[in-house]
Amino acid sequence: MNRAAALAPHLPIIDAESEPFWAATKKRQFLIRHCTACGRNHFYPRHYCPYCWSEACEWQAACGKGRIYSYTVIHHNDIPPFRDMLPYIVALIDLDEGVRVIANIVECTPDVVHVGLPVEVIYEYIDDDITLPQFRPSNQS
Amino acid sequence: MATRVCIVGVAESDCGSVPDKSALQLHQQAARAACEDAGLKKEDVDGLFSCGADGMHPLQLAEYLRLRPSYVDSTQVGGSSWEFFVEHAVAALRTGMCTVALLAYGSTARSDLKRRLRTGDPPPAPRGPAQFEAPYGLTLVGKYALAARRHMHEYGTTSRQLAAVAVSANRWAQLNPRAFNHGKPITVDDALKTRMIADPLRQADCCLRTDGGGAVILTTEERARDLRNKPIRVLGAGEAISHRHMSQWEEMPDLVAVQSGRRALEQAGVTPGDIDVLEIYDAFTIMVLLTLEALGFCDRGESGPLVEAGALAPGGKLPTNTDGGGLASNHPGMRGLFLLIEATRQLRDECGARQVPKAQLAVCNGTGGYLSSCGTVVLGA
Repeated sequence: MNRAAALAPHLPIIDAESEPFWAATKKRQFLIRHCTACGRNHFYPRHYCPYCWSEACEWQAACGKGRIYSYTVIHHNDIPPFRDMLPYIVALIDLDEGVRVIANIVECTPDVVHVGLPVEVIYEYIDDDITLPQFRPSNQS
Repeated sequence: MATRVCIVGVAESDCGSVPDKSALQLHQQAARAACEDAGLKKEDVDGLFSCGADGMHPLQLAEYLRLRPSYVDSTQVGGSSWEFFVEHAVAALRTGMCTVALLAYGSTARSDLKRRLRTGDPPPAPRGPAQFEAPYGLTLVGKYALAARRHMHEYGTTSRQLAAVAVSANRWAQLNPRAFNHGKPITVDDALKTRMIADPLRQADCCLRTDGGGAVILTTEERARDLRNKPIRVLGAGEAISHRHMSQWEEMPDLVAVQSGRRALEQAGVTPGDIDVLEIYDAFTIMVLLTLEALGFCDRGESGPLVEAGALAPGGKLPTNTDGGGLASNHPGMRGLFLLIEATRQLRDECGARQVPKAQLAVCNGTGGYLSSCGTVVLGA
């Protein structure tokens, strides 16, 4: 089974709140939410600001760079497609804009990964609806 | 002064591997035994506190038990729900919304897996906020591993120290004939040889998956005077929640037990140094370290060395998870109720070989969800 088919049960069910985010990843942009009332950024995207409950939120493009806050190397998962990816890395990444996102760390082996490692976003085309943001160590060609 | 509330009855159902009973049957078996333990009848029970994996769980449970309670609570914040229930039961009993509160639980988590009725780690449906996590294959154990890795980074916590948590629980289990791992002692080196599940957590860092049920009965101190057992007083309780998804736990690895514990200890008018017995939810070894620090039993970063020095084990200065815990005694899906049962038995001086001498004060701290919810209860003999 190819990756797109195996990943299908785990792919985002896009809704009105998330549609702009997934439309942007197709164009290789990582959007976060910025509140013009309190000035704070947030992610995952909500319509209202979770900090001050204002409706005055707008989409902003993040620079796509950040650092690993924590990570794990998954060695056991029976569910496809993950069982065929073992071992793989899942990380919490603090973007430069001050929001925390979760993704796989790709294009490297687990031994080079550590807390604080600078990473950058790349975009993984899955199908015509979904392009997933992933992260890799920064300064790669 | 507000009415004092007491635990007056505790019981477990059959635990371990129970392939021949349903989850509802385990609820009833435990509830019946807890009533018997308290010297109360079914008819006395007018408050029902329980939750399960299914929606409308209290309807199903009350129907099966044929109870018509005047007060119902089915707060579902994971395995810590039973510590939350204690705080809620205190409020309900004080205000007269019920007079006898039954906390009940039952699960066939182990047998369901063996019968392939469910998977151990169902992936989240990728809708709503979960759509930003589901595509990346973060397993249940992986969620706890994220916190463990961060703790290691901040404080130099080691895999040996995590293993020492498992060994401490296992040593208590050797003193408890009902513990699942009774008769199966392990060493730190044994633990470190188990297979990696989600780095840095190995199999020995993960709890058991057993069947089992339990029940706890609370009532007012006045009512408790006429009952069978020495009442165990609820001296303080607190609850707090933080997140559903790991990326939203901004203060990782600080548990919200910081808040729930402060409230519970302040209400009780005690400090960590006063506590004789600790029952800490231990679905994974890292939870014990995070809880010790959040409740103030040691400074941040000091829990690893403390456990490695044997403080939690039999004979240590902080006897913890004295029945063997979720790591070595029982963990039927959710474990919070069993913390209350063991603490009550310790304070009643009923624990035989594993009895902590002169135990007068106990703290139970449930942690549920994904290190997301904490309920702290202080109990006194």
